Amino acid sequence: MKPEALLHPTPKGLYCPPGDFYIDPVAPVDRAVITHGHADHARAGHGAVLATPETLAIMAVRYGEGFTQQRQALPLGEVIDVSGVSVWLSPAGHVLGSAQAVVERQGTRIVTTGDYKRRRDPTCDAFEPVACDVFISEATFGLPVFHHPDTASEVRKLLRSVEQFPERTHLVGAYALGKAQRVICHLREEGYDKPIFIHGAMQKLCDLYEELGVSLGPLETATVERGKVEKSRFAGEIVICPPSAIQTTWARRFPDPLPVFASGWMRVRQRAKQRGVELPLIMSDHADWAELTDTVREVDPAQLWVTHGREDALCRWAELEGRQAKAMRLVGYEEDGE
Amino acid sequence: MNRFAALLDRLIYTPSRNGKIRLLTDYFRETPDPDRGWAVAAITRDLEIRSVKLAAIREIIASRVDEVLFNLSRDYVGDTAEAAALIWPERHGANRVPTLTEVVEELNAASRTEAPKLVEAWFDALDADGRWALIKLITGGLRIGVASRLVKLALADFGNKEPQEIEELWHGLEAPYTDLFAWLEGKAEKPTNAMLAPFRPVMLSHPIEEGDQDRIDLATMAKEWKWDGIRIQLVREGDEARLYTRTGDDISSAFPDVIEGFSVNAAIDGELLVFDPNITEQFAVRPFNDLQQRLNRKKVSAKMMASNPAFVRAYDILWCGEQDLRRAPLSVRRARLEALIGPGLARVDLSPRLEADDWQTLAHLRANPPIDAIEGVMLKSLDSEYVPGRPKGPWWKWKKDPRLVDAVLMYAQRGHGKRSSFYSDYTFGCWQGDELVPVGKAYSGFTDQELKKIDKFVRDNTVERFGPVRSVRADREFGLVFEVAFEGLNRSTRHKSGLAMRFPRINRLRWDKPSGEADNLTALEAMLPPE
Ligand SMILES: [Zn+2]
Ligand SMILES: [Zn+2]
Repeated sequence: MKPEALLHPTPKGLYCPPGDFYIDPVAPVDRAVITHGHADHARAGHGAVLATPETLAIMAVRYGEGFTQQRQALPLGEVIDVSGVSVWLSPAGHVLGSAQAVVERQGTRIVTTGDYKRRRDPTCDAFEPVACDVFISEATFGLPVFHHPDTASEVRKLLRSVEQFPERTHLVGAYALGKAQRVICHLREEGYDKPIFIHGAMQKLCDLYEELGVSLGPLETATVERGKVEKSRFAGEIVICPPSAIQTTWARRFPDPLPVFASGWMRVRQRAKQRGVELPLIMSDHADWAELTDTVREVDPAQLWVTHGREDALCRWAELEGRQAKAMRLVGYEEDGE
Repeated sequence: MNRFAALLDRLIYTPSRNGKIRLLTDYFRETPDPDRGWAVAAITRDLEIRSVKLAAIREIIASRVDEVLFNLSRDYVGDTAEAAALIWPERHGANRVPTLTEVVEELNAASRTEAPKLVEAWFDALDADGRWALIKLITGGLRIGVASRLVKLALADFGNKEPQEIEELWHGLEAPYTDLFAWLEGKAEKPTNAMLAPFRPVMLSHPIEEGDQDRIDLATMAKEWKWDGIRIQLVREGDEARLYTRTGDDISSAFPDVIEGFSVNAAIDGELLVFDPNITEQFAVRPFNDLQQRLNRKKVSAKMMASNPAFVRAYDILWCGEQDLRRAPLSVRRARLEALIGPGLARVDLSPRLEADDWQTLAHLRANPPIDAIEGVMLKSLDSEYVPGRPKGPWWKWKKDPRLVDAVLMYAQRGHGKRSSFYSDYTFGCWQGDELVPVGKAYSGFTDQELKKIDKFVRDNTVERFGPVRSVRADREFGLVFEVAFEGLNRSTRHKSGLAMRFPRINRLRWDKPSGEADNLTALEAMLPPE
């Protein structure tokens, strides 16, 4: 069958007519397949949600137990039939529980990556390429300027700065789902075994990661009692918080806070400057340019559909490679996500 | 090169002086000679290196990268050099990362056609940060917000020396400064400054504050105007003559008229000013704005020298012929200065003494200076030696009261470092009809308590956000009024208001004042100097 008949964009998101379900819909629908727990992909209020058990657990923590009427847990690699459409999930390496959604009917197979990356992430399963006719790839960092450096060396920059500025508190802005836990795991891998302080908004997700088997080492909540003595106890410590918290009054409780931001966007100086970041850590949960292009070559689909970010450059690259590609402008996803 | 790139990378994001100094001293400690010396030269912009044009860099990029992809990238990144550094597809192979020294030496030894080939090979060996540093270094755009003064402070800190010692030596030293580092590390004697016409660290004054007047005996003080130019040191030793800023930066090349018009062997402390070329009998000082046009440029056109001729108004003399005068009392130095300059040289004259036996007379002079280009009065103890730095007691400045205007807060920007969670940089405006026109920016003059209150006001009354900037509600009915103090006004074509404030700061918060009663733009226009 024509791939467009199996999956095509609608205002509510990618829709599969024969299976009557959406993938990562941006508005409430009857049946949704959710690739991972980030807010722009996983929303509350769908009739039924099919996702990995981890993603379902993450959604329950974020939105409360009533986030959907019916949960359907689909472990990675298990195939189910939805009205004659075979559906299964394959790891995406993006955050804990993240998956590519594979749909197949009458010999036509489409893979929707959701968000993904290829480098090692101690908090989740690695991306597994799935051969397919149509590969729907995200392109958040779809420009050849994006080359994410080695994660360990970025984390060592942070540790070095803590050594150089022991009287200050390093406030590390990191998204609460995935990035925060990944930063913590990499710090542990570099031998940092002191307690790491976390913003209150991250507590539940960190607890869930622990529950699901990702060990994060000693964590403490970053709360300060009134008075100077208490404040000074954060000198030389690492505090992980949502990026937005760095600019709020919350940050004032720490001695001379040094703003750090762990994000792929930190590759661009103007971006880092604009945010007032003093130590940019280039660390992303999305594929960089080389990962995107290598993945397309590896999967080698008949068609590449690009979504979610800078489609133009990836389509141009495909053109130069002699590949069939088109930009699929889906609305509702954060351009600058994670 | 990697270490140098990492240093630059941290320096550009670190706003505080002390933070920068610490990054620099750590770098000096960890980096061997001569790399660290070349780094110093690069940052203070004293590095002589064969330059490669940005166009040549683009050509190198075009040899490996699709043009469409490069243009998309450059548009996104907003900077050609940075886009080039990031996009370069490294070819792996026998690529050894060059040291900074190798880059400097090999590039300087290369011919014009060889240079791009070297750069291409280095591009393959370096990472994105390294390439960025390399491009900035060789295209002459190493602007990273670190003044050479700060580097000298870091060097002093590193070697546990007084900053003056470094400044005094500075212009006699040559990159990569191995003799300097040897001395700083205690491995060699202090290098001797063999250069002619060296800089001598400057003596500064304290502002007179409440209560100081009782402690100052006017009878023992010399009084003179505080001229509104820039403080300089003018030195000639035989054929060698130099003009230095008060921090020891050599600005001779921008002021050949002054150099030429100073014919005697001496080191003079004075004020650099611009005079009206149409008045010949004496130097008629022009407003600061006319001097401004000659600052911050390496070379000066003949036309500019004719329309804005510069001269030095001498305050003091530090060295005369073979004799160091800095330990002699001011009264003796003044006599030497008068004897030397007499009625004036081609481009130097004397700053006249003022007569004032009591504070009332002095206050009158201060409040009513004969021309605009006077900032106040100076008091200098007649027996004071010339001591580098800012010793408290011998020299005082008494600036005229600042100008004041009531303006309305329009935009607020987040600060840096300690202030990164506060909206601490303010743009304010005055009325033109029912519209506010921005007239200046200020980020000082308030207490920490007041900062908290303004910050809260900004957050509670935000209208729009643009990155780190917020616009706040400001109309005839509602807004926060600042009493803004400033030192002077210049005409400016760059600003919508047509004027630019000098040293604006928040003098008082006028929570009580209705925004509609803030000043009109016409009130400021009336304060402008005549055209
Ligand atoms: Zn995501
Ligand atoms: Zn996403």
